[in-house]
Amino acid sequence: MNGVSGLEIFWWAVIPYVALAIFVIGHVWRYRYDQFGWTTRSTELQEKRWLRWGGPIFHYATFLAIGGHVIGILIPASWTKAIGISEPVYRWFAAAAGTVAVVGVLVGVAILAGRRLFVARVRATTSPVDWFILILLLIEIVLGFAMTTVVNLLGAGYNYRPTVSVWFRSLFAGNPNVHAIVSAPVLYQVHVSLAWLIIAAWPFTRLVHAWSAPVWYMWRPFVVYRSRRASRPNEPGTSGRRWRRIGVRY
Amino acid sequence: MRIMAQVCMVMNLDKCIGCHTCSVTCKQTWTNRPGTEYVYFNNVETKPGLGYPARYEDQEQWHGGWTLDRKGRLTLKAGSRLKKLISIFCNPDLPTIEDYHEPYSYDYARLITAPAGTKAPSVSTRSALTGREMNPTWGANWEDDLAGAPARALRDPNIVALPEGAAEKVKLDFESVFMFYLPRICEHCLNPSCVASCPSGAMYKREEDGIVLVDQDRCRGWRFCVSGCPYKKVYFNHRTGKAEKCTFCFPRIEAGLPTVCSETCVGRLRYLGLMLYDADKVLAAAASTDPTRLYEAQLGVFLDPEDPTVAAEAERQGIPHDWLAAARRSPTYALIVRHRVALPLHPEYRTMPMVWYVPPLSPVADVTAAAGYDDADADNVFAAIDALRIPVEYLANLFAAGDTGPVRSSLRRLAMVRAVMRAHQLGRDPAVRAADVGMTDEAAEDLFRLLAIARYEDRYVIPPAHAEDAGRLLAQHDLSGCSLESEGGPGMGGDGPAHEAVPGFHLLRREALAREDAADASVAGRDTRGRLHLRVAEHPAPGPLGLAGTGGIA
Repeated sequence: MNGVSGLEIFWWAVIPYVALAIFVIGHVWRYRYDQFGWTTRSTELQEKRWLRWGGPIFHYATFLAIGGHVIGILIPASWTKAIGISEPVYRWFAAAAGTVAVVGVLVGVAILAGRRLFVARVRATTSPVDWFILILLLIEIVLGFAMTTVVNLLGAGYNYRPTVSVWFRSLFAGNPNVHAIVSAPVLYQVHVSLAWLIIAAWPFTRLVHAWSAPVWYMWRPFVVYRSRRASRPNEPGTSGRRWRRIGVRY
Repeated sequence: MRIMAQVCMVMNLDKCIGCHTCSVTCKQTWTNRPGTEYVYFNNVETKPGLGYPARYEDQEQWHGGWTLDRKGRLTLKAGSRLKKLISIFCNPDLPTIEDYHEPYSYDYARLITAPAGTKAPSVSTRSALTGREMNPTWGANWEDDLAGAPARALRDPNIVALPEGAAEKVKLDFESVFMFYLPRICEHCLNPSCVASCPSGAMYKREEDGIVLVDQDRCRGWRFCVSGCPYKKVYFNHRTGKAEKCTFCFPRIEAGLPTVCSETCVGRLRYLGLMLYDADKVLAAAASTDPTRLYEAQLGVFLDPEDPTVAAEAERQGIPHDWLAAARRSPTYALIVRHRVALPLHPEYRTMPMVWYVPPLSPVADVTAAAGYDDADADNVFAAIDALRIPVEYLANLFAAGDTGPVRSSLRRLAMVRAVMRAHQLGRDPAVRAADVGMTDEAAEDLFRLLAIARYEDRYVIPPAHAEDAGRLLAQHDLSGCSLESEGGPGMGGDGPAHEAVPGFHLLRREALAREDAADASVAGRDTRGRLHLRVAEHPAPGPLGLAGTGGIA
């Protein structure tokens, strides 16, 4: 590739695949071997006054933010143009809606981080990996706020769709367009780089609870009956944290 | 007709002395791990009192159990499934640790590390959550024997709900106060609202014996089971982030042994036996419009194991023959259905609970004496029931959705048995007859034996799980037992509680004891398998009631 250094190729074309590989293999491993550790790790029992606000605000605003990322990153600019949305309209919509989302996420995570820091009962339950992912998320959210609100709503604005979005989609086409991302501002590059770190760390943190969203509850019968079933004994050497093969009903 | 079998417990409250042995042995067996300090699968509450967690019985506050919607359909009191999913990020009905109590221990190291001095060192209370010093202000046993009752007990939801007039009977001054103990475990309901509330589908009712369990591997910590249970008998382990609950000691039940709380009950007030019920009728029964009909409706769900059509149908549906035989001998069926003295706890929650209670009659003798009654007079025997210090209306709020009828009927039968047996012992003519309370003399005699002299094998009629399932069950134990092996659990690195619990009691000793018993067969003449052998003599004399002594305490 012309005009692209080896480091840039490593950073923008190798690291993403490594992160994705860790993400996929990590989840398979965790799901197979650590069902017992797969939980929300709720601290509502210990503290509820702050969680009552922080929990819902953070999660619902996060859903908005995820929706915004899907629109901005996965949907090509040509598609929105095709249905008659011009670039300025798109930008103001994205900046305004994005600001609502990111302010919500910021307020929510501030409340949650605050109770984790200042409520002794909650802090006592916090493991090093919880701190690690919490700090990562905090930085990522502050960067998101800077881009959405400071740059795009209040500032001169930056159209990331021809650069960041093109590069991101090219990764999944198997032909990484490193040129596209290299030309993006540093703010965006840091945000994206941190995102790969979060994705790689995801399977080893409490974030796995996101995949357990119990939507199925809406349709299942109220009372669950189970019969005693045969099942295999523990895999050798895995009794300590109850690592064992799943998928065997009992 | 879909016949299912369920292990069921009845507790005779007249016999509970509030010693908390059941709570202690249960805790030693199941919840002596970090994260479960505040968890009591079994606890004993003094009534009147707020209970544990505080005021758990007030479903207008906690929204546990079921209710009927506008169209009369059964629905969870906490709201629709969608409402649950929407409020999943902070469950509005979840009790906090203050409603239970912040777990604590003591800074015992101080006893050793304190500098030399003239004063004896003392230890301070340390929170098990934070390690900081704390000052306990509430707990599972805070109101034991009415401690603090003058300030607090009138907030007991069962007192708050008393009708005008009955409320005035509740007195908390020292001379006229009343109290009794209420041991509580999970109700293992026929229509469990905790199971229905679990978004992950991790909670389930076992088809074979009706025990309600949490699959520790599928629980994701959404916490709705905790708030969905009106009895607040599902707890959140704050270390593992998973729900835990009373297991009905299923590894012991499978081996044909009583639960630990029953086994160790000093007052021998617990009865364990099978109930057969028609699973197709449960929903309709739980949806009875009038809450006071729920008790009768639940009785209507139970099936008579003596009924040949029931027996034939049960066998056809795969209920093992020995289970049917056990159902016929079931002491719980006798107390609940045949004699109608046991009542469900809070049937108005519509969960169809399966741990029932014989209401307390205890102070009746004192009351009758104090009021100048004489139990030679039939009118006085029964009139005393309404003069009890424990207002019948209060018991009705606990056991019959406020309807005094079933409570009064149960107490009348208990009073009759007492009066008849007392007259019999004193060689007098009894003033009341079994027929006065709608019983036959044989039934009264059976009730007396069951309540007064039932031995171990009469109180606990538990058919072992089937031998052909042994291999599978072992595998299941291995899995469920492992939940105790996490982070400092009692089974850490060991075989898990299913294996550990046994030598401490007598499953393994059973073989040896059985051999001994075979030698003693001339004395015993009964099946002594599974009995707690506290032998005082090699060949004990026959018991005081003239029954053959079977070798010690039954």
